[in-house]
Amino acid sequence: MFESLSERLGGVFERLTKQGALTEDDVATALREVRVALLEADVSLPVARDFVKRVQEKATGQGVTKSVTPGQQVVKIVHDELVAVLRGDGPADALKIDNPPATILMVGLQGSGKTTTTAKLARRLAEKQGKRVLMASLDTNRPAAMEQLQILGVQIGVDTLPIVKGESAVQIAKRAKTQAAMGGYDVVMLDTAGRLHIDEVLMDEVQAVRDIAQPRETLLVVDGLTGQDAVNVAAEFDGKVGITGVVLTRMDGDGRGGAALSMRAVTGKPIRFVGLGEKMDAIETFEPERIAGRILGM
Amino acid sequence: EPRRILDDAMLESLEEVLIQADMGVETALRVTANIAEGRYGRRVSSREIKEALASEIARILDPVARPMPLYPSRPQVVLVVGVNGSGKTTTIGKLASQFRAAGKSVVIAAGDTFRAAAVEQLQVWGKRAGVPVLTAPEGSDPASLAFDAMTKAQAEGADLLMIDTAGRLQNRADLMEELAKIVRVIRKKDPDAPHNTLLVLDATTGQNALNQVEIFRKLADVSGLVMTKLDGTAKGGVLVALADRFGLPIHAIGVGEQIDDLAPFDPEDFARALMGLDD
Ligand SMILES: Nc1nc2c(ncn2[C@@H]2O[C@H](COP(=O)(O)OP(=O)(O)OP(=O)(O)O)[C@@H](O)[C@H]2O)c(=O)[nH]1
Ligand SMILES: Nc1nc2c(ncn2[C@@H]2O[C@H](COP(=O)(O)OP(=O)(O)OP(=O)(O)O)[C@@H](O)[C@H]2O)c(=O)[nH]1
Ligand SMILES: [K+]
Ligand SMILES: [Mg+2]
Ligand SMILES: [Mg+2]
Repeated sequence: MFESLSERLGGVFERLTKQGALTEDDVATALREVRVALLEADVSLPVARDFVKRVQEKATGQGVTKSVTPGQQVVKIVHDELVAVLRGDGPADALKIDNPPATILMVGLQGSGKTTTTAKLARRLAEKQGKRVLMASLDTNRPAAMEQLQILGVQIGVDTLPIVKGESAVQIAKRAKTQAAMGGYDVVMLDTAGRLHIDEVLMDEVQAVRDIAQPRETLLVVDGLTGQDAVNVAAEFDGKVGITGVVLTRMDGDGRGGAALSMRAVTGKPIRFVGLGEKMDAIETFEPERIAGRILGM
Repeated sequence: EPRRILDDAMLESLEEVLIQADMGVETALRVTANIAEGRYGRRVSSREIKEALASEIARILDPVARPMPLYPSRPQVVLVVGVNGSGKTTTIGKLASQFRAAGKSVVIAAGDTFRAAAVEQLQVWGKRAGVPVLTAPEGSDPASLAFDAMTKAQAEGADLLMIDTAGRLQNRADLMEELAKIVRVIRKKDPDAPHNTLLVLDATTGQNALNQVEIFRKLADVSGLVMTKLDGTAKGGVLVALADRFGLPIHAIGVGEQIDDLAPFDPEDFARALMGLDD
């Protein structure tokens, strides 16, 4: 539906190269195309703006104007810069789950994919790393949320904390910790109710859960199709709960995934995994090159 | 309030407000260009220009702001579709409650036979709305459930049959074909059904909503839109681009997780919220 960056720049530079060397103005035109490409890929505006500035500095430094293929050169600079921003420190797969039982807290907006991702990660930890995992749903809000996690647990052969109706999220978190310690689990995964970052009551609740659970990892689960709101979500969840990483879901869709850049730029936290479907094995570690290519439509 | 010359810089900052509301670059440029006409170079206040933009947006949305039409057919079949997690099941619960309150007899079919506890979730909503929920075992064919539900709703003379479906991304051809099959099977019972096919969009979604509408419309004959999660900070500006491109009616908006959190789509309120003119 939208033109890729190379297509956009191709047009611009075809016109330009015929006239010989590029001027500063030509570069400015190219950067405007970069900005539009990022915005159409759903990169949040302030993030796109900063990013274009970085590219501008690089392009000037590399003397793009003297190049014979300025279009390609700009695309390469943009791509490399994207990869650099998207890449976190250390391997994406390295969740801190030493000191058993290690708690992983899953947070995010309504419907972002927390429950599904909780089960996918639990399965991965169990099957790839031989961990004993306990999952608990702290979602006292959404109809049948606890049953959903329980059913997934049965499907993947991972234990879930028995459902006790009427308990608060904090009470469930406490019970999960106790059960994990007594039962000799390596990892306890806490799935939480979806919440808006501006919902004070529910943001307070998740802070209380965090204080009790002392998570080693707090993963923000974000829909990969998210638009401009990504900056708000990232800033608020990171500011109020303190996240250690991000999981991007629905990357099996045909969205450009610009939210990945927004998440990285705003939180500085690594994107750990991408969700690629509804099935329990549809999760992969995050690969910056792939997402960069996707954001640019290449 | 200070007045400033409406120049390129001011227009650009207005465009940016619209872009940050998810309107998309192209539509944002067009909408700002429209209001610049006749005002360019003149002194305007920020409030005044935002009001003008809000009216322009409301003008674009006005023709598509229409409640879900009701028909005399028994049952009127309402099929609810959309990508994963957009709010289909919740919206069905809310709508069922509204129709019940309006004195209609409603039946719900739990057509998501795939996702874990999708049926249990809908059963809770059925209870809340005071409406029976027809179910089939997990993993069974949703089209055959739809067929059975049609038979039952016809026999009972229900006013409305609302059919929930599993979430599916529009680029999954196999799942889109499954949806097309549900529609075909429903039409065997009533060639005019489904009378409404509602596509539920999540307001936090960015430009991908355009692909969603394009493909769901093509394969499932979408008749109207509902946008959920407008109680957050996402503005849902993509609706303006959608109205422009597809002209599909927008029936309602979701503004929370509770049963009464479904409101009619009001273009003026929406446009003012989009421009940050609420307060
Ligand atoms: N296509 C696709 N669907 C996904 C992915 N991850 C989750 N889903 C689907 O998205 C929908 C919502 O997922 P959930 O795990 O229930 O989301 P949640 O964040 O727990 O939702 P709440 O608890 O209501 O806030 C379900 O239909 C999932 O099957 C993914 O990576 N790709
Ligand atoms: N804040 C807010 N949350 C909503 C709204 N509508 C739905 N939700 C929440 O979004 C999440 C997903 O809603 P569902 O109704 O399960 O979505 P769905 O489209 O049926 O999901 P799948 O069947 O998994 O594809 C739930 O946590 C709902 O409570 C809304 O208007 N505002
Ligand atoms: K939006
Ligand atoms: Mg959940
Ligand atoms: Mg559902």
